[in-house]
Amino acid sequence: MTGALDTPLLAVRDVRKSFGEHVVLDGLSLDVHAHRVVVLIGASGSGKSTLLRCVDLLEDVDDGVIELEGRDITDPRLDADAVRARMGMVFQSYNLFPHLRVLDNVTLAPRLVHRTARRQAQDEAMAVLERVGLADKARAFPDELSGGQQQRVAIARALVGRPAVLLLDEVTSALDPELVGEVLDLLGELKDTGLTMLLATHEMAFARDVADEVCFLHAGRVHERGPAAQVLGDPLEARTREFVRRFTA
Amino acid sequence: MTAPAGHAVPAQAPWTPSPVQRERDAYRRARARRSTLAALVSTVALTAVVVLGVRAAPGWPRVQASFLDPEVALASLPRVLEGLWLNVRVMAVCAVVIVVVALGLALARTLHGPVFLPLRLLATAYVDVFRGLPLILVLLLVGFGVPGLRLQGVPTSAVVLGGVALVLTYSAYVAEVFRAGIESVHPSQVAAARSLGLTRGQTLRHVVLPQAVRRVVPPLLNDLVSLSKDSGLISILGAVDAVRAAQIATATHANFTPYVVAGVLFVLLTIPLTRLTDVLARRSGWLGAQSGLAGAGALR
Repeated sequence: MTGALDTPLLAVRDVRKSFGEHVVLDGLSLDVHAHRVVVLIGASGSGKSTLLRCVDLLEDVDDGVIELEGRDITDPRLDADAVRARMGMVFQSYNLFPHLRVLDNVTLAPRLVHRTARRQAQDEAMAVLERVGLADKARAFPDELSGGQQQRVAIARALVGRPAVLLLDEVTSALDPELVGEVLDLLGELKDTGLTMLLATHEMAFARDVADEVCFLHAGRVHERGPAAQVLGDPLEARTREFVRRFTA
Repeated sequence: MTAPAGHAVPAQAPWTPSPVQRERDAYRRARARRSTLAALVSTVALTAVVVLGVRAAPGWPRVQASFLDPEVALASLPRVLEGLWLNVRVMAVCAVVIVVVALGLALARTLHGPVFLPLRLLATAYVDVFRGLPLILVLLLVGFGVPGLRLQGVPTSAVVLGGVALVLTYSAYVAEVFRAGIESVHPSQVAAARSLGLTRGQTLRHVVLPQAVRRVVPPLLNDLVSLSKDSGLISILGAVDAVRAAQIATATHANFTPYVVAGVLFVLLTIPLTRLTDVLARRSGWLGAQSGLAGAGALR
């Protein structure tokens, strides 16, 4: 674990999280290595979103440790804001700020958190918007965009701070089917740039294409993990097989 | 792996916090203790500075004698309390009437269609006028103007006319609160209700209003607190409420302490209302859409 080369970028160890009586994560462990794409699959309520929210410190874990770049980020002594600034999160329902233009949505964190000068922040934001193919919408308000465009802006917003890891929580679930493709294509391009990603999805075909590793979550743990072709094509566990069959049928 | 699909592992599962977690919890407890202590010390220090500063003022002995005389306070208390009971009754009756009138006004303002234009205009004009008029002017105009008409059967009691003035003014405010609540209910809720075949009225009554009212309970209670204080203004019409009783006692004893007594009683009256507002605002489900969402709690 201490060897510099095989230290995972993100390490989740025995994480437990419950809401009242309901135990959502029950000692879950998971590694994400740099430049890898790890895909979380599992039924609704299996803990995919909760895991992502715990990693982004939007929830406090009840037990266990999460390490980012070898540092325990669940330590309450740490400045959680600084940790969150190192990660990007994309939500299912975009969560763009409706009162800000696209450009201002993207430059908000660079200006307030990273203290980038306005002009430089705008240049960087335009470069990222260019990358997601929405430079021409910089002056638009979120409600003037389609769902797919809004989600691409949300991805640009998460990317602009050069996060160590991008967390994506079912980012295509709220989209019309014909808009899913543009977002998934973008994520594929991001993978090719070497971006580290941990993402939850119900899109099995996409998972197969993009994932270096697939983790099937069940009962608050990683029930089965492995290369995408193996977990999705020839699962070892009966429960995984049943889930994959239901979703690819 | 033994838990059945889709079921939570029971909370009695053999989980005990790991050493890491125990250390974290201890740190958080220590931090909470430190903040509490700091808050306590700073509060005591600030209070001490203010108290000592006031007591060091050259005029303090005279102020103490004329505003904080315990004997006068005790002597005036029964009368002021009696007056406060009138405030409470006025407030209770007015609050009920205000809610009914205001709801009517709010509904009138949300009616669509040309048929309802006069009603809508009337309600709008009413709200405009009575939100703009200072309460004290409404009190004076109603309190002295209406009896001047010498109409048969119209009450001339200061309490009733004062109550009418309160209702006139507060209905306009509360109507706007209700209207804000009604308009905050998402149009998709109306669409869903109408798609089920509910009429416009049924949709309003069973879908829109229940959500709207829940959302505006905290601001409504805020207005109720405000009303409880403004009920003291009926004293200018001659009604013997807490303020008027204190005024009389002040003249009797040649001492201002009764005003302080009335002030303390009003504060004691409104504190429970204010706390109730906080509790209702905090209780999930009452704040409508936002409170139950994941991540609605505080982030560190």
